[in-house]
Amino acid sequence: MTMDMISQLSFEEAYEELEEIVTKLETGDLPLDEAVELFERGRRLSDHCQKVLDEAELRVNKLADDGDLEVLE
Amino acid sequence: MFDSVKTVAEITDYISDLFDTDPTLKNVWVAGEISNMTRASSGHWYFTLKDSDAAIRAVMWRSATERQTVTPHNGDAVEVHGKVSVYAPRGEYQLYADIIRPVGAGDLYQQFERLKVKLEMEGLFDAERKREFPAVPRQIGVVTSPTAAAFQDILNVLTRRYPLVQVILSPTMVQGQSAPPQIVQAIERLNDHTDVDVIVVARGGGSIEDLWAFNDEAVARAISTSRIPIVSGVGHETDFTIADFVADHRAPTPSAAAELVTPDKRDILLQLGRTVEMLDGMTYDTILTRRTKLERLQGTMSYVSPENTINTNRQRVDDFNARIIRQQKSRMVLLRERLVAKRAALEAANPRAILARGYVIVTDDAGNRITSERDAKPGTNVEMQFKDGKKKAWIRGDDDGYDQPTLL
Repeated sequence: MTMDMISQLSFEEAYEELEEIVTKLETGDLPLDEAVELFERGRRLSDHCQKVLDEAELRVNKLADDGDLEVLE
Repeated sequence: MFDSVKTVAEITDYISDLFDTDPTLKNVWVAGEISNMTRASSGHWYFTLKDSDAAIRAVMWRSATERQTVTPHNGDAVEVHGKVSVYAPRGEYQLYADIIRPVGAGDLYQQFERLKVKLEMEGLFDAERKREFPAVPRQIGVVTSPTAAAFQDILNVLTRRYPLVQVILSPTMVQGQSAPPQIVQAIERLNDHTDVDVIVVARGGGSIEDLWAFNDEAVARAISTSRIPIVSGVGHETDFTIADFVADHRAPTPSAAAELVTPDKRDILLQLGRTVEMLDGMTYDTILTRRTKLERLQGTMSYVSPENTINTNRQRVDDFNARIIRQQKSRMVLLRERLVAKRAALEAANPRAILARGYVIVTDDAGNRITSERDAKPGTNVEMQFKDGKKKAWIRGDDDGYDQPTLL
């Protein structure tokens, strides 16, 4: 299991890991302490996903003729 | 030939039949200018179609007027489709119209149909050409005009539904002569310089001429050869363009296209909530299963536990103690009884008691008790112990007489 700082994860990374955790918990006959630890991480990943979604602001760029991206106000 | 005399109604019926069975009059396009337009409160339109040489009365029933996208006015040059038939009450023929379109639209329509057939024959509309795009995109390319309301509509939808996505606008004009080549370039630019997950080609609603750039063959081919899947959102729901047919997906409007390419934040949040609930449930189950196992084990443990033996032994010890105490108690009673008996015996053996009964203890000078007649020789000094005191005495003789005079 990756033990990255959850707050550093992108929404997709966090969501993907959350799905992995659910699968593991669903299928694996894990030792209790590991299951509890996974569950805790799952919870925090979910919180993080929600936070990222809630706080996200649409990024809009303009593609110039030469392929450069310009920030569009 | 009176037989051949017909009533007005009969001859009108006859003429009417001629009109109605004529293939040209049944299905005809007539070009002309509108005059005497009357829109009745019933919803029917009555007007005259005329050119420099002739005029024809026309009527369009409400069922048809309701379907018209443009409302014709007097002086408009139009093309009207319908059938020519007889209005018996006035003995007039008139055009029963079902479609009215501006002059020139017919040309566009034919161009549209020709290109549609051509591209369809090439297989550009085939279902197996249609490509899917990721359900959750990271980047979305948008081909439209930066100043168009359509672009703002798209941004609004994306902000509301899925603000995590990055929008890359590839700007272009969307109407006019230079629009088609610009749209082609905008699509190619996204393919060449970016790796967006999907491209939305969009334009807001307008007339058929306004939307014409999206019926351009070059635009259609740019869409069909795009490496990146394309979703079209051009005009209103009822508008269909060639771009719509070639695109991987057609959305009825620009906003709908933005919705089509993104998940809804609310759905994701709902799913997140459900996932956490599932996690909760699974963890609860995990713990419950283990607790049940543990309790079963505990049951077994208590069954085989040495504690049972210990408890049994403890009871035995208790029993034993009780017995000892009981025994101890009875022993004490016994001893006490014995003691009482001994004391009675002792009491019984008390010499004083004997003396009380009238016996006398006789001792010699040395203090030895004289218990036999043989020790009491005549002339022996003795001491007699009574119950209440002592007296000196002297043995005078045997039973049968005095050996010497005895006096003290």
